[in-house]
Amino acid sequence: MADVTPLLDVRNVSKSYGARVGCRDVSFALYPGEVMGIVGESGSGKSTLLNCRAGHLEPDGGEIIFDTRVDGPQDTVTMSEPERRMLGRTDWAFVHQNPRDGLRMRVSAGANVGERLMAVGARHYGNIRHAAEDWLERVEISAERIDDRPAQFSGGMQQRLQIARNLVSGPRLVFMDEPTGGLDVSVQARLLDLLRNLVRTMGLSAIVVTHDLAVVRLLADRLMVMKDGDVIETGLTDQVLDDPQAAYTQLLVSSVLQV
Amino acid sequence: MNETSYNFAYLDEQTKRMIRRAILKGLAVPGYQVPFASREMPMPYGWGTGGVQVSAAVLTPEDTMKVIDQGADDTTNAVSIRKFFEKTATIAVTEHTEEATVIQTRHRIPEVLLREDQVLVYQVPIPEPLRFIEPRETETRKMHALEEYGVMHLKLYENIAHHGAITTAYAYPVQVEGRYMMDPSPIPKFDNPKLESAAIQLFGAGREQRIYAVPPYTQVVSLDFDDYPFDPSKADCACDLCGSETSYLDEVIVDDAGGRMFVCSDTDYCEQRRAAGFTGAKAEAA
Repeated sequence: MADVTPLLDVRNVSKSYGARVGCRDVSFALYPGEVMGIVGESGSGKSTLLNCRAGHLEPDGGEIIFDTRVDGPQDTVTMSEPERRMLGRTDWAFVHQNPRDGLRMRVSAGANVGERLMAVGARHYGNIRHAAEDWLERVEISAERIDDRPAQFSGGMQQRLQIARNLVSGPRLVFMDEPTGGLDVSVQARLLDLLRNLVRTMGLSAIVVTHDLAVVRLLADRLMVMKDGDVIETGLTDQVLDDPQAAYTQLLVSSVLQV
Repeated sequence: MNETSYNFAYLDEQTKRMIRRAILKGLAVPGYQVPFASREMPMPYGWGTGGVQVSAAVLTPEDTMKVIDQGADDTTNAVSIRKFFEKTATIAVTEHTEEATVIQTRHRIPEVLLREDQVLVYQVPIPEPLRFIEPRETETRKMHALEEYGVMHLKLYENIAHHGAITTAYAYPVQVEGRYMMDPSPIPKFDNPKLESAAIQLFGAGREQRIYAVPPYTQVVSLDFDDYPFDPSKADCACDLCGSETSYLDEVIVDDAGGRMFVCSDTDYCEQRRAAGFTGAKAEAA
């Protein structure tokens, strides 16, 4: 493992909003094919960290090194904006908690999936259409719904559509912000099943931010626990969840209801 | 107040200088929307305040002006703008495309090919082609700057998905000189090939405070898909007055019994053809 280049190498990233701290001195490395979970209560800096890494927010300090396809490891903080936005359309994918933030609600499902392809230069309608049909099938949406607008879809379908729209360009790193938030448990279970399947078959690396410990238990290889902007515990998922060391992690694990 | 109380072409000289600077910048960066300090004009927004300001800035006392609205010289908008410049600039006016040096237009390009010594001024309602896809102006400017135009094809994709063909018929998006995405104003897509012209083309949007330009002989490409190429379509028949099969046609309802006829939208073109002896199927009836 030592000589594998990390796909994403985060070094001492900090972000504060005025006097309030978003996240403080966070460092970690993510290796290809690995899924990292970040848990913590609301306001603990999970989303700040995710947005910094995805280029939506500019961190106050630190480096975020991403192993690009062409040029090798590059710092995405100092990279030029066109390059960063290009990564955002190709190698990165961002799954929002609310599918309405990640979808274009006024165009059809097929156009939503095809957008990323058109953004990188696809100009053949038949091919775009075919790729869209293929991806809808892979996220278990019937191909006959391809011309329906996302507004006509259920919450779970919208979330699956968002995933298809993001994965169509074959990204290598997926950021997920509460991917199962707002869905009922049976729909959650199906979505998690689907995500786990896609992550494994495509060899994706992913960072999953959530407050739902069940989600990280199923998806994540490694886990990072955050509180008040600091990372208080990291380790293998099962290790952290079964034998939490930090007092806050113990509280977090014990506060999950056992049915 | 009599006519001589106005400065030449209504606007004061400082304003015209400011607009000319914007025009020059627009010509230097084809398709780029140059912001300018649009003035209040003595007409409502949507009636061509942008076009009028651009025309006022380029007019000289020697110019001959033509104004068309949807191809016609005799509609309200065209007549009032022509009168406006007759009064404030005391210039010669004409209805003949060949005689004009400055042509202000709304929604059409004349059928007759324009020459190098002519200027075509468009009235533009919405200059931002990305507006309907991305409502944030800050974001669209960034998209223009970074040449992120992939989303423009979304609209065309939706057309084909729902209707089986590209049904966008006017304000059909174009890319200028391989760089800027441009809204050619609501001209029918039939006119898009004529955007590659020998004349200078200037676009003025008064309410939106933008001026942009296409210099002579500039490459203007209409967007399309490889398997759904751009088609500059028109009504599939000939003009009922002059018999032209190549000009853009308007459909006119002529009675309450479903009767209709197709006539050239460019009235000057149609009249000149009829004067030269061409006749269409319903020439006597009209």
